[in-house]
Amino acid sequence: MLHLTYSGYAALRAHGEETYPHECCGVLLGNSTPEGNQVRQIVRAGNTRTDRAHDRYNIAPEELLRIQRQARQLGLDIVGFYHSHPDCPAQWSQTDFAEAHWVGCSYVITRVDQGKAAVTNSFLLTGTDEEDKKFLDEPIEIEVNELQIEQEKGQA
Amino acid sequence: MKINIPTPLRAYTGGQQTVSIPGATVGEALEALTGAYPELRQHLYSGEGKLRSFVNLYLNDDDIRYLPQKEATPVEESDELSIIPSIAGGCCRRLQILLGMRKFVTISDRSKIICN
Repeated sequence: MLHLTYSGYAALRAHGEETYPHECCGVLLGNSTPEGNQVRQIVRAGNTRTDRAHDRYNIAPEELLRIQRQARQLGLDIVGFYHSHPDCPAQWSQTDFAEAHWVGCSYVITRVDQGKAAVTNSFLLTGTDEEDKKFLDEPIEIEVNELQIEQEKGQA
Repeated sequence: MKINIPTPLRAYTGGQQTVSIPGATVGEALEALTGAYPELRQHLYSGEGKLRSFVNLYLNDDDIRYLPQKEATPVEESDELSIIPSIAGGCCRRLQILLGMRKFVTISDRSKIICN
């Protein structure tokens, strides 16, 4: 189970809408608990794949280094990543799988249709090495307060 | 020197986020690291003993691939080495089936999602 606050959930979806028709990407900071990855902070990252940003993303390792330092200072860990799939399903692709190396982390994918965030799914990378790694569907639990529920009703 | 261990590799360092490792160069420190935590070796190096392509190593703020002496770069006790696995991916690509390719598809298959 991936645990997100409503504001975090809304923020990563909004990022995908802002960068449409290009893919957005970012990092989930939080804690890994027996109940799953608990996200405390969402950090936006730049997509270095400017050659084909509509269907590829890459976070520069130096930016990851900076985010990892930021996490440590906050007493948090990198517990996952997010990116968007413009006009494509919120399912991991072969490219996502081949490029996934953070076992134990959640990979969140949002489908963005014509600039509007649609489905958001999470996949937990499990396994012990590159040979036996696999993505598991991971439920997302979103923490909402009453005001946010009212806002959602207003938008519906 | 201090070596920062990323989340997925902490299972092989007893859960430690940072480990202190002796060594006069980056290479020596890495050798000492995999000596102290042998399970790390297969995650950092390929079967041929080369650093895996998706593993980035930073000595303080510098990618060791771009340092003149690379793994032979001397290190100080106060230096930090960070292991950063890469993060990348991308979505499916929508390909329009060209008219000339219709013979391979049914008429209703005007487009097809191909994951790559």
